[in-house]
Amino acid sequence: MKTCLVVDDSSVVRKIARRILEDMDFQITEAEDGEQALEACRSAMPTAVLLDWNMPVMDGYEFLGHLRRLPGGDAPKVVFCTTENGMDHISRALHAGANEYIMKPFDKDIVAAKFQEVGLVALNEQSPV
Amino acid sequence: MTPPDYEYLRKLLKDHSGLDLSADKQYLIESRLLPLSRKCGVPGIGELVQKMKGGSSSIIAQVVEAMTTNETFFFRDKVPFEHFRDAIMPDVLKARASRKSIRIWCAAGSTGQEPYSLAMSLKEMGAALAGWRVEIIATDLSTEVLEKSKSGVYSQFEVQRGLPIQLLVKYFKQNGELWQISPELRAMVQHRQLNLLHDFSQLGTFDIIFCRNVLIYFDQDTKINIFGRLAKAMESDGFLVLGAAETVVGLTDVFKPFPDKRGLYRPSGARAASPLGATSMPKFVAMAGR
Repeated sequence: MKTCLVVDDSSVVRKIARRILEDMDFQITEAEDGEQALEACRSAMPTAVLLDWNMPVMDGYEFLGHLRRLPGGDAPKVVFCTTENGMDHISRALHAGANEYIMKPFDKDIVAAKFQEVGLVALNEQSPV
Repeated sequence: MTPPDYEYLRKLLKDHSGLDLSADKQYLIESRLLPLSRKCGVPGIGELVQKMKGGSSSIIAQVVEAMTTNETFFFRDKVPFEHFRDAIMPDVLKARASRKSIRIWCAAGSTGQEPYSLAMSLKEMGAALAGWRVEIIATDLSTEVLEKSKSGVYSQFEVQRGLPIQLLVKYFKQNGELWQISPELRAMVQHRQLNLLHDFSQLGTFDIIFCRNVLIYFDQDTKINIFGRLAKAMESDGFLVLGAAETVVGLTDVFKPFPDKRGLYRPSGARAASPLGATSMPKFVAMAGR
């Protein structure tokens, strides 16, 4: 079973992301900030992490740094999903070990495309017209 | 949309662009023409059709353009670009080792995602292409989409469909919510307005032709005719890439499928059969003013 940890301080965003990712056959766990997310990863390393940047307690960037230093923490595919849409943020995230980056607002197509990009979802042939 | 309006639009599109809509494509017309109706200041498609019947050639041109503009995104369908990198380019690099020049044609270049995806793929090959001359010619029926392609400017939504984030960072520059592909990549692509129904022999001969998701719009005879002329515009050891829903099988023997690579074809060496083949032009009305 593929698992995805959805990390966002907005319950609305978590709910939308959960719905999209459950349709893509992921089992979802949620966290409201980086610290909760780190706790979740220590107990069970997920296949993927959908990660907000700006959150209270611990932000997504700091979480990513900690995650990659955990035993087995290099395994999860980490996809940022944030309103931080500047090139500087994207570059920092990639440098810190993010695998993909979604600029909010997002929709189902973008999530699917990005999860395909990192090899988490099989490619569906696009039907023409 | 009333059935007579639908029939009118079907016939008009067939005559002007070769676009061959089946009887159940009302949704496609509505999704493309309702925004155009609003742009033209009329409430719906019925009124738009009235204007067209009134002889407004500018509206007719806009309707044809709106209907023939295809949805596109970077590295669409992925597989053709894997073929390009893993099968086509290694072969062409060997075959053209002395000439060191490659010509690529995107026959439905649309808003540029396909030609620029190829340009990025070439860049990613790095030193293997040092000293080579590579031309990418992007053509499209629509001047509007070609302008967008030339500008190389895409919305945040567009750069998130199919484009790996690493390539966005590497080849694009951000300008607010918009992203522009680098001048170096833009310089790799030349743009030309072209209707595939018309003679395209002036474009010269190509090593690789991407002609994806455009032939689906044409009827069988037109497809056969275009395949014949594509074969003539291609080196005898070239490659043709078609869309996922397209094939030459059962239509023509001027191309043959490449084994185990879906959507990839090579010239067979067979001559196109007359009268459907290479020499005859389709008997459709040319688009006014184009």
